Amino acid sequence: MTDPLFWHRVQFGFTVTYHYLFPQLTMGLAPLIVYFQAMALRRNDDRYRRAARFWARIFAVNFAVGVVTGIPMEFQFGTNWARFSAFSGGVIGQTLAMEGMFAFFLESSVLGLFLYGEERLGPKLHLASAVLLALGAWLSGYFIIATNAFMQHPVGHVVGPDGTLQLGSFWAFVLNPWAFWQYAHNMSAAMITGSFVVAAVGALYALQGLHPEQAALYLRTGVVVGLAFSVLQLFPTGDRHGKMVAQLQPTALAAMEGAFHGGPHVGLAIIGQPDVEHDRLENAIEVPGILSFLAYGTFGQDIRGLEEFPRDQWPDNIEVLYYAYHVMAGLGTLFIALMAWATFKLWRGTLLASRATLWMLLLAVPFPYIATTAGWTTAELGRQPWLVYGILRTVAGTSPRVSAGDTVFTLLGFCGLYLVLGLLFLFLVARELSRGPGAPVAEQEPRAALGEAR
Amino acid sequence: MGTLWYGIVASMIGVYVVLDGFDLGAGVLHRFIAQTESERRQVLAAFGPYWDGNEVWLLAAGGTLFFAFPRAYAVGFSGFYLPLMLVLWLLVLRGVSIEFRSHHESALWTLFWDSTLSLSSGLLAVVFGAALGNIIRGVPIDASGYFSMGFFELHGPGVLDGYTVLVGAFTLVLLTTHGALFLSWKTEGPVQTRARKVARVAGGLALALLVVATVASHLVQPALFAVMGSRPLACVLAGVAALGIAAAVVGIVRGRDLLAFLGSSATIVGILAATAALRYPILLPSTIDPSQSIAVHNAAAGEAGLAAGLWWWPIGLVLACAYFTFLFHRFRGKARGGH
Repeated sequence: MTDPLFWHRVQFGFTVTYHYLFPQLTMGLAPLIVYFQAMALRRNDDRYRRAARFWARIFAVNFAVGVVTGIPMEFQFGTNWARFSAFSGGVIGQTLAMEGMFAFFLESSVLGLFLYGEERLGPKLHLASAVLLALGAWLSGYFIIATNAFMQHPVGHVVGPDGTLQLGSFWAFVLNPWAFWQYAHNMSAAMITGSFVVAAVGALYALQGLHPEQAALYLRTGVVVGLAFSVLQLFPTGDRHGKMVAQLQPTALAAMEGAFHGGPHVGLAIIGQPDVEHDRLENAIEVPGILSFLAYGTFGQDIRGLEEFPRDQWPDNIEVLYYAYHVMAGLGTLFIALMAWATFKLWRGTLLASRATLWMLLLAVPFPYIATTAGWTTAELGRQPWLVYGILRTVAGTSPRVSAGDTVFTLLGFCGLYLVLGLLFLFLVARELSRGPGAPVAEQEPRAALGEAR
Repeated sequence: MGTLWYGIVASMIGVYVVLDGFDLGAGVLHRFIAQTESERRQVLAAFGPYWDGNEVWLLAAGGTLFFAFPRAYAVGFSGFYLPLMLVLWLLVLRGVSIEFRSHHESALWTLFWDSTLSLSSGLLAVVFGAALGNIIRGVPIDASGYFSMGFFELHGPGVLDGYTVLVGAFTLVLLTTHGALFLSWKTEGPVQTRARKVARVAGGLALALLVVATVASHLVQPALFAVMGSRPLACVLAGVAALGIAAAVVGIVRGRDLLAFLGSSATIVGILAATAALRYPILLPSTIDPSQSIAVHNAAAGEAGLAAGLWWWPIGLVLACAYFTFLFHRFRGKARGGH
């Protein structure tokens, strides 16, 4: 516990996990707001217009927290991981700098126009500002995924004369095949978060009997989009991502599954506790042959168990990695079931009357966040013990002159600051939810006047 | 190629300080210069549409430094661990104070965020100034290629010592002037009157501190001005700063607010760019062993990477300039209270 590496990892893990709670909603909500605005423009339908305005208010609070918690991320590469930065900055600096030049400038300039410019810009330009904002958020996501993909599966680099990594091929680096499926899987997850949140707010209003028109719209949009992306999350994005891991990070796959022993026809553990000391999975319930099938497409395929690899190449936190993966996969399966059920109810026209389903949709709101966090935990712990897979070990990436005491101090600072930030965020979102999307325009005059005075 | 990127990174930092400088300065003044709720809204409306984009220049400059000079980024950021964490916390507090303030109508709520905004803006200005002081004075980079240093050292060298705090104080006063000139230009009524008054007093103080800080810089880093004669570019840039000061003075005296604001912008760019031109090729000097100084030749990324950057960076810059032009055009004219 006095090891600086441990605290650097805890601090980065904490700040990045906390940060990513917000961008996932930003990226998932932005396309839905574009959809509401586009429908409002096309059908000249006031319901969609009010939906777009309501969600833009939630978006604003969420975006602000995402921005301010994102700034520390870029700094921490240098402050906490100096040797990693000096070693690989010649490559990953590219995408991080490009994120600033192409995504941040776009987002920050368009945000004000999007939030406050509806009257100044007119409906068409205002829709354009929403599209550009969504584009900026998705671009930003790509640059970060491309950076992470290099750490998962380094390509496009050469080793320079001073031993550091240098860019070999720009396109090979930026169009890393790993980045493609990781991006697809990640953005689909963001859409799940966005649609689950929209559906949950619809369920909240429907259960309370408030804003019935808006509730119906949110439920319809959230449930249909949620089902589509829950399916895409499993196939093809999750499936292809998993096959990539099986091929390129076999130790990660084996640890995710708790597969200590390999061979053909390896089963998929549904439940079980890994016992790393004795190389076994306790109380396992396995479906035979399925892991072989999922990883390689045939039941008889050999899977390499952890015991086939030297122990110093095993991920160093197999327990958490194993559970993170199972939580992600388990929740992903439940998402499909829940959204398929809700879509069925929607199709039958009984969703609004089915209080049990509405309750489930409401209470489901934390789970996409948990699944996404578990997914990223799987990706990052599966990469261990490497910082840049196969090239640089995590232990060799820290800042040599930053002590454990320094890092614990700043970690406590982040914990305190982020606790306050989280409470404020919840307070402001709860306030927007209780204000609601407002009545149709005709009844809304006194309220609008109040709103304008802000 | 490294030289080109040295210039690009230095220019981006210059643009950042000019742009975020005015909203930092306006933030410092916010709590004091506006006395009613409507005046506060006027101040916020003046810089509200820009601050986020301005701050992106810091992130973009940091990213560009990371990409072009990975070692400088790694050594500098890890060496300045605690002060940078302080900067991060201040940036977080400042960001939420601007964004959260207007989401809830309550006198206590707005008072809290207005105060947080002024305090965090002021501290950021001081810390950024102290950072410049550290970069000029140098840091104890040893044979390991890294450094660490004390946070408070009265007699230096430390992150905050007599010299760097002096540069920090100068920066605070300079950016306050800059922010006051921005508000003089973008507001009207009582706020404008007060902003002009502040600009006059703070501007005078900034000039006095500039002289003191220049002399002190010469004392802690004699090499800084020793090369002045052989660096015509540095002389030109110092001339730009001098012209900027003249323009600001004329603008303040004649009540031509935009001229004065452009003058203070030129002053800031001139001072920073002249410093960069004088320090070239050094990014971070070592006080222990000059051969350990982080410089263009030992910190630059590989040629292929720098060459790749040369085609995407200009595209990003043109786009960024287009957004900013559009933004300034859309929100042109005086800011008013209310929304």
